[in-house]
Amino acid sequence: MVGETIQSNWVGRSVPRREGVSKVTGRACYVDDLSLPGMIHGATVRSPVARGSVRALRFDDPSIPWKEFTIVTARDIPGKNVVTLIEHDQPLLADGVVNHPEEPLALIAHEDKYLLERARAAVKVEIDELPGLFSIEEAEAKRHVIWGEDNVFKSFQIERGDVGKAFAAPGVRIVEGEYRTGAQEQLYIEPNGMIAQWSEADGLTVWGSLQCPYYVHKALTPMFNLPDEKVRVVQLETGGGFGGKEEYPSMLAGHAALLARKSGRPVKMIYDRAEDMVATTKRHPSRTRHRTAVTADGKILGMDIEFLLDGGAYATLSAVVLSRGTIHASGPYDVPNVRIRSAALATNHPPHGAFRGFGAPQSIFALEKHLDRVAAAVGLEPEELRRRNFLKHGGVTATGQVLKEEPGLNALMERAMKESGWAEKRERFARENPEARVKRGLGLATFMHGAGFTGSGERNLASVVGIEGLADGRVRVLAASTEIGQGTNTIFSQVAADALGVDFMDVEVARPDTKFVPNSGPTVASRTVMIVGKLVETAALSLKQVLLDAGYEVGDVREAVRRYIAERGPLKVYSQYKQPPGVFWDDKLYRGEAYATYAWACYLAEVSVDTATYEARVEDFVAVQDVGKVVHPVLAAGQIEGGVAQGIGYALCEEVVWKQGRMMNGRMTNYIMPTAADAPPIRVFFAEHPTPHGPQGAKGIGELPLDGVAPAVLNAVEDALRDLGGGLKFSSIPLLPERVYETFVKGGLA
Amino acid sequence: MSGAFPVKCTVKCTVNGAAQELQGHPMERLLDSLRDTGLTGTKEGCGEGECGACTILMDGEPVNSCLVPLAQAEGAELCTVEGLPARAGRKVSEDRAALHPVQACFVSEGGAQCGICTPGMLVAATALLERNAEPTDAEVREALAGNLCRCTGYMKIVNSVMAAAREMRAGGNRAAPPEAGR
Amino acid sequence: MRGNAPQYRLETPRTLADALAKLRAEPGRWRAFAGGTDLMVLLEAGQLKHADYLSLHRIDELKGLVREPSGAWVLGALTTYAEVLEHPELARTFPNLAAAARETGAWAIQNRGTLGGNLANASPAADSVPALLAYDAELELRSASGARWVPHAQFHTGYKTTVLKPDELIARIRLPAAGGNRFHFFRKVGTRRFQSISKVCLAARADLRGGRVIDARLAWGAVGPVTLRSAHLERSLAGLSAADLGDAKRRSALLSALAAEITPQSDVRSTRAYRLKVSENLLGEFLDGLVAFAAGKGGA
Repeated sequence: MVGETIQSNWVGRSVPRREGVSKVTGRACYVDDLSLPGMIHGATVRSPVARGSVRALRFDDPSIPWKEFTIVTARDIPGKNVVTLIEHDQPLLADGVVNHPEEPLALIAHEDKYLLERARAAVKVEIDELPGLFSIEEAEAKRHVIWGEDNVFKSFQIERGDVGKAFAAPGVRIVEGEYRTGAQEQLYIEPNGMIAQWSEADGLTVWGSLQCPYYVHKALTPMFNLPDEKVRVVQLETGGGFGGKEEYPSMLAGHAALLARKSGRPVKMIYDRAEDMVATTKRHPSRTRHRTAVTADGKILGMDIEFLLDGGAYATLSAVVLSRGTIHASGPYDVPNVRIRSAALATNHPPHGAFRGFGAPQSIFALEKHLDRVAAAVGLEPEELRRRNFLKHGGVTATGQVLKEEPGLNALMERAMKESGWAEKRERFARENPEARVKRGLGLATFMHGAGFTGSGERNLASVVGIEGLADGRVRVLAASTEIGQGTNTIFSQVAADALGVDFMDVEVARPDTKFVPNSGPTVASRTVMIVGKLVETAALSLKQVLLDAGYEVGDVREAVRRYIAERGPLKVYSQYKQPPGVFWDDKLYRGEAYATYAWACYLAEVSVDTATYEARVEDFVAVQDVGKVVHPVLAAGQIEGGVAQGIGYALCEEVVWKQGRMMNGRMTNYIMPTAADAPPIRVFFAEHPTPHGPQGAKGIGELPLDGVAPAVLNAVEDALRDLGGGLKFSSIPLLPERVYETFVKGGLA
Repeated sequence: MSGAFPVKCTVKCTVNGAAQELQGHPMERLLDSLRDTGLTGTKEGCGEGECGACTILMDGEPVNSCLVPLAQAEGAELCTVEGLPARAGRKVSEDRAALHPVQACFVSEGGAQCGICTPGMLVAATALLERNAEPTDAEVREALAGNLCRCTGYMKIVNSVMAAAREMRAGGNRAAPPEAGR
Repeated sequence: MRGNAPQYRLETPRTLADALAKLRAEPGRWRAFAGGTDLMVLLEAGQLKHADYLSLHRIDELKGLVREPSGAWVLGALTTYAEVLEHPELARTFPNLAAAARETGAWAIQNRGTLGGNLANASPAADSVPALLAYDAELELRSASGARWVPHAQFHTGYKTTVLKPDELIARIRLPAAGGNRFHFFRKVGTRRFQSISKVCLAARADLRGGRVIDARLAWGAVGPVTLRSAHLERSLAGLSAADLGDAKRRSALLSALAAEITPQSDVRSTRAYRLKVSENLLGEFLDGLVAFAAGKGGA
């Protein structure tokens, strides 16, 4: 047998990114860079209101030559008018009713982009408006029922121990709090885009900017009543996703495909920034209520948590976002009595969807913010309260999972405190702040992020990866996992090169194209390195085994592959995910091993707050985490740094301004993400305790950094202002200067 | 408004060192005109001068090509990401050695992730290093503040520019055009 | 891109005379197009209403920076923010203008945006405009029949309106020399460090002679329908010494007088209450700086 030990020749090294040169020379082909012969352009006619019945769509403006246009409405859909995901509630084109602003009503196409825009503006939409729901509270109150029987997409309840008893225990302090997070726009710099081509012979092909080729494939087949082999999805270079290109591309691919089918020509649809921002998914807004029972010496006996998400108008991924947020809601703490009740509610906002962290940033914000209050209530420093409650090897999570690894949280926290100069600065800031106009503070958060799909998710996905030999002896990895900037191409090459014992450059990674690559699952959930990377490794080992079994020397694998193909023909092997033995998960009770493993972290923010302008700025950021083996130090640090910057935006400046369900600041000039001059130095440190579940011990990393930033930043802001008015409390993000000022006013300070 | 639209114009300019005639409506965005000639390295991220993905050099100065109407490019010297290697005096080829040092360092230091902001970022960084061979961290961040990146948190971008600055100083590999200081 | 580029005319006169003749020949038909950093954004959004434009970029008479023997500076209307920054002597003399230029957009915007365009666009949230206003800029408005100089303070008449006639262009901006030891103060409070639109902006200066303020200007952005001066406060500052300014009662009277002079609103970027309070705080910072300046070498 091969593969007992794998030598790390490539894993652990910062080799050049595989597609790096094509990206720095401008040769990398993104969807808007591709043109097909005869191609025309498509645009979407959208609902001007949040909720209503559509009376008519009129294409009769005399200044538009309508005969030259391809026009598609719901009636032109050959199959089901549904964007297939979890529920089957979201139409591809609204048919009679609309449930959110900007909901697609019709599609038009023309070869002249300028005329197309004029025509889009000239379509007359007549809708009888109905009252809508625009907040968690309105959905809860059921003033109108807009989804199912009670506006609830999904709810969960997790119980461990007896919460009632914990709160009744003698001598416990009970600390309560309510925390809110706003919507957040993914703001990938490349807007959504798709090209579709239709032919009777070959069926449908789409090329686009997307994370999950097989999600799009699965959505297209029922829309067009096509067999699997007549639908082909190709991912082009993708200019960022962050979850924003997880489910939405299925909708856009369907639209482009409808226009291509009706016009008989290839159709390109590229959203402009305004359309992308107002019409596509965002991070779910949330409200979390905490009740915590804590003993005088800081041991948390009970947590009672209510966690609610605003899911928007259709179910999309809300159930699974809610699931992850719920499971992460009690954090990396060993609490004997926990109850978490959660629900995702329907409103008339555009559907909220996947965004890096996937529910966990919301519930972890609430918890880590709340724990600083719990610490204060029992007179402990924030780090000390956490230290007394950390999960340890053998400890038990809220879902009853017994930890088979040592998270090492205390060591991570100590490292973060040391790197930030915590002790010295806390003392100095406390001394200097009372006299200072610009006050400084430090805050931290400790947290975890489960790698891969939740519970039985990976077993159900049963992902497959292939690897094939090439005639010259190199190999090619076949997977549907996409490169969206995070480094898939590079990491798969490293993992396969080590498993085979070949040069990094002797491995190529196939472009994700459903005609050629197997379904390795979606590129989401921090699963690409750990789950799919492990499949790459096992596939590579199998390939080596095939060579051995056929009698080839594997001292020089490249030569063996070359000879095998020359002498015996094609060489291709597949590897499919199998759940490790002993993993138990109960989907009904939400009990068991929620994740095979977790990444663990402590993040620490240093902030300044200007009391003249109420602006909080992050001045320094320390991110310490254990993600198992670090496959590529530069890429890994890049993932953390990028996530931290998104988290700082989430915490301090990225506000979606809503009015009657519509985003009012859908432009990059008034939806504010940090520039290079706003982002602080971000200092990243890794502890490396390998997991058996990932290639050479690597865990998932992509989403982790979003989870802990916002609470660390807000804890630091409270620290900076603790000498004022008996301490100011900040419980919502984004914490814009205007909100800081309002809190000053409430505290009688302005 | 329909019917009597003005006719297209021909704008003579230099693109990446070669004389070129760009055809189009005078109010058309230079971004579109350049992309229509096949120079698709210049990207559109927002169309309103906010994200910097469409940054090119116009007479040596970084500009947002989405905010420049074609008519204003008459007589201008334009440089896109495709023209950067030549700007460093390197021959354009498939070879990595033929990259501008800024490009090479973005590959080696992790300055490019998804790559969509990268062309604009490279153009702005090149312009900075042509004016300031030894920028501070703060100077790099200010010079690139008009180029938004959602992937990197900017750390690796700053590192890449710093590495390129070192490489250019060591190699005497200063780009040719002498321009005003900044 | 929502705008329909083919529907617009954009012609390029080669001389100022050509441009002015065109403006005169068909009054109201043509409008000036300078760096495009505002108009092209409207085009993108499909909100560029006017159809026919004259691009001024080839007109040399609208470019250049000259220092007059009197010490005044005359800047062509097409002077870009980058040109302001690249001119060390100008930036030293009018630091608020340099600070405003540096904080307008970011580098690529600074290379295209012009002072004349910023004035003509007449946005209340413009950054260079308060700086010019506080330096008592005068604007030369040219038409085919001649030139007139208009004090900047009279140029903006209301939200997005100016005294510019349909056949006129802003040709030059004149900044007079300081009348004494000058204290400068500029602070823009925006949505982020760069690529940011003001929520509140204060450009201020005070000229001192013999230890007393002889003349002060406080010019504000984003706290009213136009960039505006707080004239009452300016008058209240005249004649005050460092000691007067340091007096707590007087200081608090000055601060509370501000609310009557600005009319901030709530919008997608900020709230009225925040803008009012931050304006007051910026005024406080200005006064603190002025006290220190007057007590130090500036008061000499």
